[in-house]
Amino acid sequence: MAKSAAPKKKQSKANKTFDKAIKKTLTNQKAPLEGLDLSEEKLIQIYRQMLLIRRFEEKAAQMYGMEKIMGFCHLYNGQEAVAVGANAAMHETDYMLTAYRDHGHALVKGITANEVMAELFGKVTGCSRGKGGSMHLFDAEKRMMGGHAIVGGHIPLAAGFAFGSKYKAEQDVTVCFFGEAAANQGVFHETLNMAALWKLPVVYICENNRYGMGTAFERAFAVWDIYERASAYNMPRDVVDGMDVLDMYRKTKEAVDRARYEHIPTFLEARTYRFRGHSMSDPIHGHYRTKEEVEEMKAKDPIINFGELLKKENIFSEEQMKEMDDEIKKIVNESIEFAEKSEEPPLEDLYTDVIVE
Amino acid sequence: MAIITWREALNQAMAEEMERDENVFIMGEEVGVYQGAYKVTAGLLQRFGEKRVIDTPIVEASFTGIGIGAAMVGLRPIVEMMTFNFSILAMDQIFNNAAKMRYMSGGQFKVPMVIRGPNGAAHGLAATHSQSFESFYSHVPGLYVIAPSTPADAKGLLKSAIRDDNPVIFLESEVMYGQKGEVPEEEYTIPIGVSDVKREGKDVTVVTWSKMYYIVQKAADELKEEDIDVEIIDPRTIRPLDDSKIIESVKKTNRLVVVEEGWPFASVSSEIITRVHQKAFDYLDAPIERVNQADVPMPYAANLEKASLPNVERVKKAIKKVLYIEE
Repeated sequence: MAKSAAPKKKQSKANKTFDKAIKKTLTNQKAPLEGLDLSEEKLIQIYRQMLLIRRFEEKAAQMYGMEKIMGFCHLYNGQEAVAVGANAAMHETDYMLTAYRDHGHALVKGITANEVMAELFGKVTGCSRGKGGSMHLFDAEKRMMGGHAIVGGHIPLAAGFAFGSKYKAEQDVTVCFFGEAAANQGVFHETLNMAALWKLPVVYICENNRYGMGTAFERAFAVWDIYERASAYNMPRDVVDGMDVLDMYRKTKEAVDRARYEHIPTFLEARTYRFRGHSMSDPIHGHYRTKEEVEEMKAKDPIINFGELLKKENIFSEEQMKEMDDEIKKIVNESIEFAEKSEEPPLEDLYTDVIVE
Repeated sequence: MAIITWREALNQAMAEEMERDENVFIMGEEVGVYQGAYKVTAGLLQRFGEKRVIDTPIVEASFTGIGIGAAMVGLRPIVEMMTFNFSILAMDQIFNNAAKMRYMSGGQFKVPMVIRGPNGAAHGLAATHSQSFESFYSHVPGLYVIAPSTPADAKGLLKSAIRDDNPVIFLESEVMYGQKGEVPEEEYTIPIGVSDVKREGKDVTVVTWSKMYYIVQKAADELKEEDIDVEIIDPRTIRPLDDSKIIESVKKTNRLVVVEEGWPFASVSSEIITRVHQKAFDYLDAPIERVNQADVPMPYAANLEKASLPNVERVKKAIKKVLYIEE
């Protein structure tokens, strides 16, 4: 009966496990930029991309409240470093796909704020012509391969894209994101096995934000170090500080290079945290986590901390940040205006694109 | 015309299309080294190599998903289900990812793939291994469903399915693989969504497809001796359903029987009967009859299995019923 501790005690132990593995692999805090092949321009771009996502999501929340956005709407606040850091390590022609918390990924992959906001509004100018909505954001040209809303359902698709690249002898890599809860689905295990067996150029990034909706990971996982699951498939694996964009960049870069040049897939577990509820219909903490925990995690805000670093390293000043913030707010406000003014899909669109004629 | 089996017709169709387009590949359980659980892929590994004939672990959901992903980036996968009974495990992939990808992306992606394998009952395989899936898959917008009856139709339609840009469910049958028929020697395809008059007759229309076709032919032969003239319409493609020849035939015979291997509730026969009611109601001289599998899971015992499936006697009885012939 050794494991029958009360839930409260279990949780704190789980939190310790959560932090411990990250600490071992943290960015060198004394010289965080050392050994990184990132120009100052690129560092500023990374900051900008994270800030754009944050401001976009804040506005999306507001628009949801005003009933401009329907259905489910899952915000990325707090997790920005994961998609942005990983994207910085990718080529533009690499494939990206994720689950339903996809606004951030779509923005960083190059879909404009206008097109994403219009999609949330259900307008024909949206990136999926108003037929996908918040959970199904696509841009074939930019190789943003979705927005997928069945937990874990897109994990085999990612292996399929990678299979296609290898079959056609193209050097593109597929990077697939999903929440930690998806790692309990059967297709996760099935696909990781095949990706390793067939040496597919794919990188799987598990965004462990600690809660599958309202179920804490320690209540859903028999083994808390989720990245270790990849050992069952003899797949390179690592744990990443998902609140540290540079750690995300560094680990993803290693993985993407390994996929591109050696056809070896990798499984990364990014430990992160969402600052908002599971979806817009969900309170920020509710019954499943405490307000204190949320506040504590907000001290690890990936954007504020990275901004501090850029200031400290004299790469970007307070004033420049303010200017950038104003510019981004303007972009996001314009996206609202764009979405508002855009047309709804014409009624005949109801019956188009069901099949290829 | 050559006389070949269903199995050989499918094999030829795949080999010809693989020869024609190097983006066509086949994956599934036992398709390579084992030469196919039912030998449909025999010789393909030797001819096209491991890159294009891929043995998978037993993971229907994931290898189907990998096929869908590969199709989205320009390949043309043929995914073999050892039997369609196992495709239940892949239904999330087929419904959500294959069928809906084009629509929910606003037309940005296409999923040109074929998912093929045996459908329906064989012999003595009982409840989990004896289901008919045409009604399940034809329910979903975004999928094509093909269920041919003759080797010639099978070959021509499989070639069209492989060339088509949509996800196609292609239904075969273990008990048909050895069935022989005439197949043209020269290159040909048969268009998807075109039904075929398989037997001309004036007294009654029977709509049927896949292996039920052989039962209906036998019933029609026997009824001929009783001076009953049966017309058989084989839709060949279940979705999109070409009902033109069905309607035309009902307008001529004024009587309809639908023979379907699967269960009756919310079935393909339900759809066909609805359409005939909508489009030819005034021409009907008798209530429509249908012959389906009994509305129960498939039993194992030979006598119960036989009683569960449509057979020649049941078909004859239904035909006589719409003709108001007392036995």
